[in-house]
Amino acid sequence: MGIVKTENLVYEYIRRDDEGNVEGITTAVDRVNLDVAPGEFIAILGHNGSGKSTLARHINAILSPTEGTVWVDGMDTSQEEKIWEIRQRAGMVFQNPDNQIIGQVVEEDVGFGPENMGVPTREIWERVEESLRAVGMYQYRKYSPNKLSGGQKQRVSIAGVLAMHPKCIVLDEPTAMLDPTGRRDVIRAVRGLNEVEGVTVILITHYMEETIHCNRVFVMDQGRIAMEGTPKEIFSQVERLKELRLDVPQITLLAYELKKKGVPLSDGILTARELTEELTALRGRQSRLH
Amino acid sequence: MLRDITLGQYYQTESVIHRLDPRIKLGGTLVYIISLFFFNHIWGYLAAALFLAVVIRLSKVPFRFMVRGMKAVLFLFMLTVVFNLFLTPGTPLISFYRLTITREGLRTAFTMAVRLILLVIGSSVMTLTTTPNNLTDGMENMLRPLRVFKVPVHEVAMMMSIALRFIPILLEETDKIMKAQMARGANFESGNLLKRAKALVPLLVPLFVSAFRRANDLAMAMEARCYRGGEGRTRMKPLIFQRRDFIACACIALYLAVSLTAGRLVWLWI
Repeated sequence: MGIVKTENLVYEYIRRDDEGNVEGITTAVDRVNLDVAPGEFIAILGHNGSGKSTLARHINAILSPTEGTVWVDGMDTSQEEKIWEIRQRAGMVFQNPDNQIIGQVVEEDVGFGPENMGVPTREIWERVEESLRAVGMYQYRKYSPNKLSGGQKQRVSIAGVLAMHPKCIVLDEPTAMLDPTGRRDVIRAVRGLNEVEGVTVILITHYMEETIHCNRVFVMDQGRIAMEGTPKEIFSQVERLKELRLDVPQITLLAYELKKKGVPLSDGILTARELTEELTALRGRQSRLH
Repeated sequence: MLRDITLGQYYQTESVIHRLDPRIKLGGTLVYIISLFFFNHIWGYLAAALFLAVVIRLSKVPFRFMVRGMKAVLFLFMLTVVFNLFLTPGTPLISFYRLTITREGLRTAFTMAVRLILLVIGSSVMTLTTTPNNLTDGMENMLRPLRVFKVPVHEVAMMMSIALRFIPILLEETDKIMKAQMARGANFESGNLLKRAKALVPLLVPLFVSAFRRANDLAMAMEARCYRGGEGRTRMKPLIFQRRDFIACACIALYLAVSLTAGRLVWLWI
């Protein structure tokens, strides 16, 4: 069994009127099956309201399933007594950097998780140092979070989760409120964690460019998993992605349009380099023909 | 910029006083303030002033920052002095119109003035040299015995430190909302009091809504990081008495002995 596994996961938001009568039921997550292997980097894509954040909150046991089961490192998240262990194994980074930093100094915030877990003081300091170094924020350890940029704050939040030594990190749209530079830094830090530290990463986002380096991509729509595959497999289906109201990365779109006009390119081109390489190869072939 | 607001009035520098355990500073300030009310002789105040001067010197905080604290209580200060000066019965010294200054009045007014000055400056030394965070920590630690009476000491301290963290953020947000409302023609500056109070409604409502949203998010983030109250928590920066704290303790005791002896002129009674 993988580090995170869901089986027929269903979650319903129940709206009630003032008297507590059920007004309506929204199924946010609908029969989702997910199996993430340790060390994997997966991305969950979807437009607003596709149920991706609701799904994320199940992995951290903040929400508990209406139907179906979620296992984190072999533990069922509906077991009340395992809840803290699950939250330690599967850390979570949220969207708004301001609303998840508790400490008034960067290092104190990173120490918050280990403090809650009852880690001895000396070890807390070691963990804080190594986590801040891992996200490249060590030189800011004495700063007030209010003086950092959005991307820096978000990296502090990631360090805060990392200091709890999780096996898996769930990032719930960590870049949605950031500028392009901040986004790039955060994604770079996340990739570093996955590649260097071997932490399993579940990245939830609606920016497709961020998923290019993932092992697997899941696309959600109306609470269901609509597509699943490697980034290449997903991005080659441009029409389908547009149907699901997702913005295809510019490069992929350009390659797709070129191909439609008759330029013989391969499917699912993700980076500018890939495209230029194919185009130069093509030109080489053409000049040889003439 | 609003985000540069520092809370309380902490003055960042490196000094012995800054490094002292907040519990010592809190306790010491309390002892100092109480001691001021036990003197009945000028020598006591001299001793107290001298002690304060030494502490200020050690703290490396410029003196003008201490005086700043005085400004806030200037009105109260003047009121106390004037009332004591004119309303104390006793041997008249000078009188004009219906006002009389008595010898006793002069004396009490002077004593009160000195007491107030020392008290305000004495407590500013503490707030200037202790971060709000440290202060909350110190208070939590000192009030711990109250847990026996079911006082949620840890929770209150946690609330205080979260409030301290969010005040600058909410200030910034207020600024943003205010500008947004002004851009659409809201007027916060003119009109009578009632009108101005009414103008605050469209400012406060969105501010409260966003504060609640933030609170909700923060609670979730704290739970996600395994926060479950004070039980079983360890500290990253535990308060442990160092050598300097014991020395400070001894200094305070010494001060108390000297000033009380001087201030009450014990030897005259014997």
